[in-house]
Amino acid sequence: MKILMKGNEAIGEAAVLAGCRYFFGYPITPQTELLEYLSRRLPEAGGVFLQAESEIAAINMVYGAAGAGARVMTSSSGPGLSLKQEGISFLAAAELPCVIVNVMRGGPGLGGIQPSQADYFQATRGGGHGDYRLPVLAPACVQEMVDLTVRAFTLADQYRTPVMILADGLLGQMMEPVELPAAPVNELPAKPWATTGCKGRQKNIINTLYLNPEELEAVNQRLQEKFAAITKKEARAEEYLVENADIIVVAFGIVARIAKEAVKVAHAQGIRAGLVRPVTLWPFPEKILAAAAARAKAVLTVEMNAGQMIEDVRLAVGNERVHFYGRMGGMVPTSKAILEQIRKIGGIVRGKYAVRPA
Amino acid sequence: MTEKIIIAGFGGQGVLFTGQLLAYAGMMEGKHVSWIPSYGAEMRGGTAHCAVTIADEEISSPLVEEPGTVFVFNLPSLLKFAPRLKPGGMLLINSSLVKQEVKRNDLRIYSVPANQIAEKIKSAQLANLVMLGAYLKLTGVVSFHSVAASLEKTLPARRRHLLPYNRQALEEGMRLFGEPN
Amino acid sequence: MANTLFVRPETLTPDPFHYCPGCGHGIIHRLVAEVIDELGVRETTIGVASVGCSVLAYKYFNFDMQQAAHGRAPAVATGIKRVLPDRVVFTYQGDGDLASIGLAEIVHAAARGEKITVIFVNNANYGMTGGQMAPTTLPGQKTTTSPAGRSVDQAGYPIRVSEMLATLDGPAYIARVSIHNPPQIFKAKKAIRKAFETQLRGTGFTLVEVLSSCPTNWGMKPAEAFSWLEKNMLPYFPLGEYKAASGVSQDD
Repeated sequence: MKILMKGNEAIGEAAVLAGCRYFFGYPITPQTELLEYLSRRLPEAGGVFLQAESEIAAINMVYGAAGAGARVMTSSSGPGLSLKQEGISFLAAAELPCVIVNVMRGGPGLGGIQPSQADYFQATRGGGHGDYRLPVLAPACVQEMVDLTVRAFTLADQYRTPVMILADGLLGQMMEPVELPAAPVNELPAKPWATTGCKGRQKNIINTLYLNPEELEAVNQRLQEKFAAITKKEARAEEYLVENADIIVVAFGIVARIAKEAVKVAHAQGIRAGLVRPVTLWPFPEKILAAAAARAKAVLTVEMNAGQMIEDVRLAVGNERVHFYGRMGGMVPTSKAILEQIRKIGGIVRGKYAVRPA
Repeated sequence: MTEKIIIAGFGGQGVLFTGQLLAYAGMMEGKHVSWIPSYGAEMRGGTAHCAVTIADEEISSPLVEEPGTVFVFNLPSLLKFAPRLKPGGMLLINSSLVKQEVKRNDLRIYSVPANQIAEKIKSAQLANLVMLGAYLKLTGVVSFHSVAASLEKTLPARRRHLLPYNRQALEEGMRLFGEPN
Repeated sequence: MANTLFVRPETLTPDPFHYCPGCGHGIIHRLVAEVIDELGVRETTIGVASVGCSVLAYKYFNFDMQQAAHGRAPAVATGIKRVLPDRVVFTYQGDGDLASIGLAEIVHAAARGEKITVIFVNNANYGMTGGQMAPTTLPGQKTTTSPAGRSVDQAGYPIRVSEMLATLDGPAYIARVSIHNPPQIFKAKKAIRKAFETQLRGTGFTLVEVLSSCPTNWGMKPAEAFSWLEKNMLPYFPLGEYKAASGVSQDD
């Protein structure tokens, strides 16, 4: 049975169904409904909701709870995520599974509260200090807010890593029908490494300090191997009308849906446009994109920022064919504007639309 | 069928709830729906609006760039959204509050004295449902029954006792353009 | 058969401490370990090490430990305790960690009445980084970042953490103790024990501030350092219980 849910609340419910019983967070628009929802829902489910004194405290409470073996989540938006970066670096280093939600708003600074994708770099490059990455999942509809939240908890435990859900204010605030998972997760994977008290075993230590550089390099090596395995196995993208496409539009999250509308209309007008929507931003689905764009004459990247994902797009398909269209500061690109960009890249040649290389 | 609607007015006039009711009713009829609110500071004191899409097929973009229908509950909403209506679109005006004439002549314009009717039933707070009733009768995008059923599901407990008035407001809105059903 | 007079508590690992000669951490680690042994809670204890000289505490305590980011130990301990409310959870923090960069975390953990124990070691300077001014550095005290002595005009005044936290309703037990001589060490242990017992009763947040010495960074011999502590720190940081079930008492 479908129910109508707000994106922020859908993440909250999905987390509970995924076996998450602990949430530590701080209010910030446009993600606050997630806090409010879990402040009601978690106690019902026998869990703990705690409004922390700061984003910094919240992410460190997540560290403690994850280290104690729980499924745990925190959420915020840009300015709050900046504060959490220290903790995220520690979580990645200590290999603690957890889910971090960023419902993005316009930046930099205090910025605004309208939707944005300007935290792409921060999310996909690690964000904090040191060499690390974390899986970043980008939902494009409220149903995916549910599905990818459940997926995030699975990935987190499977790879012992923090996982980020990168949404935006529009996705967080909008309502759409969702189908919730039929069976909630009741049994969590065993975590023999967790600090739960050392009864009947050697003591466990959760630590990120290695003063000996040789030892620290070995730790980094191990982390890099894990990142390589994730890169190999976990890249996901949605493809739409990519076969024989002259122009491949690349967009993620809500922008991908707006772009899909533009691609649809373009098709109706005889323009062979297709869409690749990265579902995982890290690992970036470069192989999927490269294959989809192999015969395309141009690639158009559309983002709600000044051009961040475009760097990954260029790494995947090369510099030459790549065009960019973006809006910033909380402005949302319209499908009309994207269509105009698609049309601009090409032109009508001998009565037929044709694409010139960039 | 893809129906794109904007419902706009002051915060407190129930514009967000009206949109949710429509979306909920559409969902109950097995249609694809989405609802996007304006959010943040602009809700306080200024205008609030929501964008609703109801479609037979999957909704790619949930944005309402060029609405087919606009409900306006106050003058700022009229000024902001009437120009965005697509040619031939429907403009539903709460004529109890909005007296200004509309310049465009390519629209289907319906005046609904929603506050007057609502006050007769119980209170001006029902004006949103009078407007919604009018819309249902004029378009048939979703049925009265689906909206009535949605009301039962979505009305918060503290407003439950108002259910009969809500239904009546819907019916009176429909009656302006035909028989309520 | 000879009587055993002194053994390593089961709660300490055989790893030799890395602390400087005369440093108070060794004594304080031992006190915590003895209390945990005596209470029989080693296997149900989770400790949180902080950033500072005691960053390696996880090596020396023989129970589960997490190492926290600078100042965040109370938040980390909160996360652990909320997941495992029947375990004994404590943090071990220095003055820079707790009273400077982690002040928000400690105040709010205390205000929430988080059922954890905090061992707060106050030695009036940043030890690990080489003796910089701490929030507990005394007026006029020379450090590497207050070479002319702490100027209260420029750097303000030291923070009395125990007194400050005792104004809150969340804490169930707060005491300041010292380790500058054996009778004080004995008292310190009693306070630490009381704090852990209070945690086991689940009545609220508990903290023991332990005045300690830092001979290396103070530029003194160990015995001189303890004398300096007694003469200079005790007047500014009076010993005593600031919050306890049986009311408060200040030592004379």
